[in-house]
This record gives sequence, structure tokens and C-alpha cells, in this order.
Amino acid sequence: MTVALSARGMTVRFGDVEVLSSVDVEIASGSIHGLIGENGAGKSTLGKVLGGYYRASAGTLSVFGKAVVRWDPPSALAHGVAIMHQELQLVPYLTVAQNVFMGLEEHRFGVLRRNEAARLEALMETSGLSLDPNAVTADLSIADQQKIEILRALAREARVIVMDEPTSSLSNAEVAQLHRIMERLRDEGRTVIYVTHFLDHILETCDTVTVLRDGELVRTRGAKGLTKGDLVSDMLGGDKAETPFPAKVRPREIKPLFEVRNLKGAGVSVRSLTVGVGEIVGLIGLVGSGRTEIARAIVGADPVAGDVLLDGVPVPRDIASATAAGLVMVPEDRRNEGLVMTLPVRPNITLPHLRRFSQSGVMAQGCERSQTQAAIERFNVRPSAVDGDVSRYSGGNQQKVLLAKWLQGDPRIVVLDEPSRGVDVGAREAIHRAIAALAASGAGVLLISSEIEEVLGLAHRAYLVDRGSLIEEINPDEACEAEIMHALFRHQSLQERTA
Amino acid sequence: MIQAQIFRFAQSYAVLVLIVALMVVLALLSDSFLTGRNLLNILNQNAPLAIMAAAMTLVIIAGGFDLSVGAIFAMGSVSSAWIAVTVDPYLGLFLAPFIGLAFGIINGIAITRLNVHSFLATIATSLIFKGIAVVISDGRLISARIDEFIWLGRGRFLGVFNSIWIMVIFALLLTFLLTRTTFGRRVFSVGGNEEAAILSGIRTDRIKVATFAIAGFAAGLASIITTSRVALGQASAGQGMELQAIAAVILGGTSIYGGQGAVWRSLAGVFLLALINNGFNILNADPFFRDLTTGLVILAAIGVSAIGQTRR
Repeated sequence: MTVALSARGMTVRFGDVEVLSSVDVEIASGSIHGLIGENGAGKSTLGKVLGGYYRASAGTLSVFGKAVVRWDPPSALAHGVAIMHQELQLVPYLTVAQNVFMGLEEHRFGVLRRNEAARLEALMETSGLSLDPNAVTADLSIADQQKIEILRALAREARVIVMDEPTSSLSNAEVAQLHRIMERLRDEGRTVIYVTHFLDHILETCDTVTVLRDGELVRTRGAKGLTKGDLVSDMLGGDKAETPFPAKVRPREIKPLFEVRNLKGAGVSVRSLTVGVGEIVGLIGLVGSGRTEIARAIVGADPVAGDVLLDGVPVPRDIASATAAGLVMVPEDRRNEGLVMTLPVRPNITLPHLRRFSQSGVMAQGCERSQTQAAIERFNVRPSAVDGDVSRYSGGNQQKVLLAKWLQGDPRIVVLDEPSRGVDVGAREAIHRAIAALAASGAGVLLISSEIEEVLGLAHRAYLVDRGSLIEEINPDEACEAEIMHALFRHQSLQERTA
Repeated sequence: MIQAQIFRFAQSYAVLVLIVALMVVLALLSDSFLTGRNLLNILNQNAPLAIMAAAMTLVIIAGGFDLSVGAIFAMGSVSSAWIAVTVDPYLGLFLAPFIGLAFGIINGIAITRLNVHSFLATIATSLIFKGIAVVISDGRLISARIDEFIWLGRGRFLGVFNSIWIMVIFALLLTFLLTRTTFGRRVFSVGGNEEAAILSGIRTDRIKVATFAIAGFAAGLASIITTSRVALGQASAGQGMELQAIAAVILGGTSIYGGQGAVWRSLAGVFLLALINNGFNILNADPFFRDLTTGLVILAAIGVSAIGQTRR
């Protein structure tokens, strides 16, 4: 076995914080090597150090047996190591071929030869990836854009490709396709370093897996025969099995609370949806099935026709009034839609409720402070400073701040869109407890998640969603994940055939 | 650890550090610098720019730019003098800020309705406003040497120039607005993350219009101070002041990307620029180097505050 990359004592510090402490790892050539760990465990950092994107504060690295001193993106590329970032680094207005050969354009006396398309055809033939060379990048799906990044690495004759969370915005079919590509790369003798927080994906594709915890190496071992439980216990440190969901408290009788009738427009078509007092209703759908659009339509973020009733009374169709009436949505994307990262925790939490924290337009800061303090304690946000800099918090704690923001003032009905996306196991558990407690206190919850398991574990009732409509009601206590996946894909292909 | 803290402090208060350093140097080099008279004069001369920079802070925090305040200033100059001469001096002084307010609202509506970047919209409106000022003044200077008009720019109250009082009160008012009111919160959230603000039920378009209205009002207010001081309305007044105001805001450390900043920072920025100018005057230094020096100081201040922020 030849060793592609060998790192000894890799340490990375950002300011005073050590995010990676003296990690030793060897990546075998011609393998798929997974890096996993909770959020903040350092898996992404290790990937970026190996790919030359971050500079190590200490440690040595050798590449295919040769020790390297300078290790930045150009020298990494020169050694055949490329990195594919989570946020793809493509120029959206250029064509596929132009992006693939950016910086490698062939020219005569500085004048482009404009032969990228032909060169790309040749490259695609050898790699088995296929795309239209002249398509404009911005028009392609994320999955196809990733193929561009992979082709770009291949055009630079990369022998090692670091992929940082490549599947976070892919549908299941696209994930499977990416995995096939990775296997093909490996079979050609290339090396793939696969950074992800999806344990299933690791178990499905990887030959070797390295687990990190709190910036330290736990262990590296062969992935054959491992179970999710093995990985989780490595990640968490104890022998904790996969986290159980809080017990479902079923309301004794369903008292009507919230009703949606004939919602139509903005990609949504929902004839009827009800949520009772203390009830958690789940919505399950594939990526792009219109889950988020339904959430936005319900709270009035997008203009749609139809009725939204709370206690039989119509809720005004603008967000400020809906919030005041007790109907709120926790958006899925905390960075772009949820929090204002330039502001501290306190103004973030009170932003939708300014009227309640002010008198004739002047903020009542004492009251605001104490309420924020209470919210921070309720959701166990760390660090616990009232005016902490939320942009520096971990993903899990940012998500808790986001929950605190929208659960401020005890809303009656809460629409949760992907409440535990991209958070670590500990935060996920805390968020699940908060959701269960919310329902137990009498609020209605509409839970939207791409993690079927999460919906099944928390919801009392659930619907399958496709093309912005509810297509089937299921009983979460009886249904299993595989069945639901099949049902969703079956429905999708049915629709495609009739369309 | 301590070094890092000192550096962070220097970063967030770079403009104050520079002011203190410059004042020490000037005080050592010249006896006439650190006198009440000189310092009051600096403040008096720069009060109009300071008023405009204070309001520009709100526009920039909300994620916008206003390149038309110089033109609104010209409009205020011409209209206040014209009204003073033809109707009533007090009415001229009173109306100009509200004309500025109206023009600011026009800016805001153009930006939010047409959904164009404020940079583009205000370039266009500045030409329009300037054009109106030229038409009103017929291309001539409007002399308004009337006691009831010039008292504002030349007079004092309790020994301090009226302009300084106006500047201080206006800056305090905006500071209160920005830090203590729901409106201020909304301004920060619009510039920090507009999508999150919209989903929090904030009518972000209204907030943007309000910031441009305030900037317009400030330009009108600044113009009456200058116009009454020189007793002259002219369509060429205020030329380049929009860029000076923006430079002062950025120099003070307010983020050009919106969402962060403070009014006092912009006043400090204005004062720093003024000190450089004043230094050249009292030291009799070669004025050919004035622009060069000012540019270098701005670049240095921006550089210091940018270090370490690239990763965020």
C-alpha cells in the first residue's frame, strides 16, 4: 500500500482557539477515506489542512512520500491534491468548459484558442462524467456543478481530491450518483478524502474512516463491518447508542387549533391541513418537493391565496401580524434567513418582537435583557452571554438562538423547517427535547425535515409532500424509513410519467 | 493574550487612536494648535459635513449609499437663499431641511420601487437635484445678505457657534435613534441580513426610505448653516461633499457592508480629516501634499480595521 498523504502532529489554531490538536493520520493511495465527527470536532478543518486551504500551526505533512514545507492551494495542486469546497467555487456566468479549464486555458501569444469544449469532451471520455460543455454553470443543479469541480480537479491531474460535505444539498438519487463517481475515481487509483456528517454515506462508500472528537483524533480504522453505532460511540466518546427521541406525549383528545384551507400559489397547493393543541404534525418530502414553500406560504412570507385560521379566526397574511397572533416559522437556513450575524444575541432574539419590548418606539432594554437571559437559560445556549457575538457560535448554538428568537413569547403554532440541520448530536437532542416540550405545553407544531427519522421520532401524524401538495397521510409509529422513501420516489416517477 | 487585546482595541478604536496621536503631534509642533479658538474653529467649519456624515451612517448601516447628498446640499443652498430673498429669511432657513427630506424620500422610493442599487439610483437623482438647483438659481449666485438670514451660520449661543450646537444635538438625536429605538434595531437588521429582517416581519423598504429621508434632511440642514454663513446661495455648493461624508463614515470604522457602525465614529472620521487639513494650515506645510496625506491616512485606517476581518 502506498501512502498518499501522511500527517504528523497536525495542529491548527484560530486566534487562541485550538481547533485541531496534534492529529496523526495516514491516507492510503487509491482509497476513499472518510473524516467524521460532530460539528466542531475538526473534520472539516483537517480536510482543509490536507487540501492546503488552511495553514497548519504545527505539524508535518508528506505527500506520496515526499515531505512538504510550503503547503498552500497552488503547491497542493502542484502535488496533485485538489479540494472541493462545500460552497462551490465556480464562476456562475461561465460555461462548464470554461470553469473546468480556468487558469489552464491554452493560448497563443496570450490569445485564447477557445478549444475548451473539445478538451473537455476528451476529459469526460476518460473519466466517465458527462455534462454539456457549453451549458452555463448557473443553470445547472448543484450535483452537476459538483461534477464540474471534480472535472476541474481531474484537468489538473489531481491524484487526491478532498470533498468537504459534498452531499449537504443533494437529493438521495444525486448522493448515490456522487458515490458511484467517487468509487470510479478510486478504481482509477485516485484517492478521495470524504468529509461528511452523514454516517450512512461513510458506511456506504468508505474504505477507511477517521473519527475526530473535539479537535483530537479518536481513531482510524477500516470501514468494513462497522455500524452506525460504532461510529456514534467513537464520535461521542461514551458507549452511547444513537440518540433516542424524547417520549411522545399524545394529547388525550385532539382539540382543534390551527387550520389551513385551499392554499394555492407560489408553488404550493394544499387543500387542507390541521394541527391540534399539543400536536406535532410532520411533513416529509424530498429536496425540492415544496416543503419550504408550504412553510413560507403558511406564515405569509410569500403571497398565496387561501385561508389560514388560528382558533377559527383568520390570521393576517403578513409576518408581523402573524407573529403577533402567535403563528411563527423557524426558517431552515439560519445564516441567510434566520439570524443577523452582525448583531449580538439579544437583538437577534427580540427582532420579531420589538413592539413588545418597547414603549412608543423606545426600547425597554432592562426588560429585553432579562427576557433574553431567560431564553438563553431555557435553551441552554453556550456561551451564555446576553450580548454574545452569535457569528462566532457553533452551528448548534446558533440554532438554539434561532429557536429562542422564534419561541420568544410562547407562540401558539410553530412551523419548524429543518430544525436540526447541520448541528452536532448534543444540540440535536436538546432541540428535540425543546420541540417535545413545546407541544407538551399546548402549542401546535408543524415539523418539516429531510431527515425522515426525525419526523418519525417526533411527530404524532405526518404527511408525505410532493410538488407543494400533501399526497398521503402516514402514521409515524407504524411507518418505516425505507417504506417512506419508496413511496416518495414512486410518487415522483408517477408524476413524471403523467406530466 | 494582552497583545491581542491591545490590537483588538486599536482595531475598533483606530480612528480615536489616530486623532489622539495627531493632536499630540500638532500640539508639539505648533503653539497655536491646542487653543480653544482653533479647536472651535475646526468644529465650526466642519459642522455641516459632520451633520451629513452622521446621517450617512444610518444609510450605510442599512446597507445603502447616498451619492446625492451633495446635490441636495446645493438644492438647499439655492432654495433657502431664494426663499430668503423673495419671501422670508426665516422661512428659507426653515424650509430647506424639509426640501432635503422630500428629496431623500424620492431617493428612497426610487431605490425600493425600482429595486435598483442605491449607488446607481442616487447617481441619477443627484444629477436631477443638481439640475433643479441650477434651474432655480438660473446659474447665478443668489446673494442673501440679510441679518435675519445670516445669524444662523455666524452667530453664537453661550459663546459657542450655533453650528456646533446644531451638530451636537443632531448627532445625539441620531445616536439615540440608532441605539435606543426600535427604528434603530430595524436599521441594523436591514443592513445585517435583509432576508432575516423580512422574515422577522420588518418592512425593510420603509426602513430604507427612512434612512434616505434622514440623509436628505441632514443635507438640507447642513446647507442652511453654510449658506447663511456665506450669505450666498449657489448651485455649485456641496460639490464632492457626498464622497467626503462617505469617507468619514468608513474612516470612523462603520462597516461598508452594512449592519455595523455608530454615529460617533463618523464624527470622529470628520474630525480626523479636519485635523489633517488644519495641520497643513497651521504648520504652513506644502498644500500640494494635502490630498496625498489624507488618502494615505484613510487607507491606513481602513487597512488596520480590515486586518483579521477577512475570515468573517
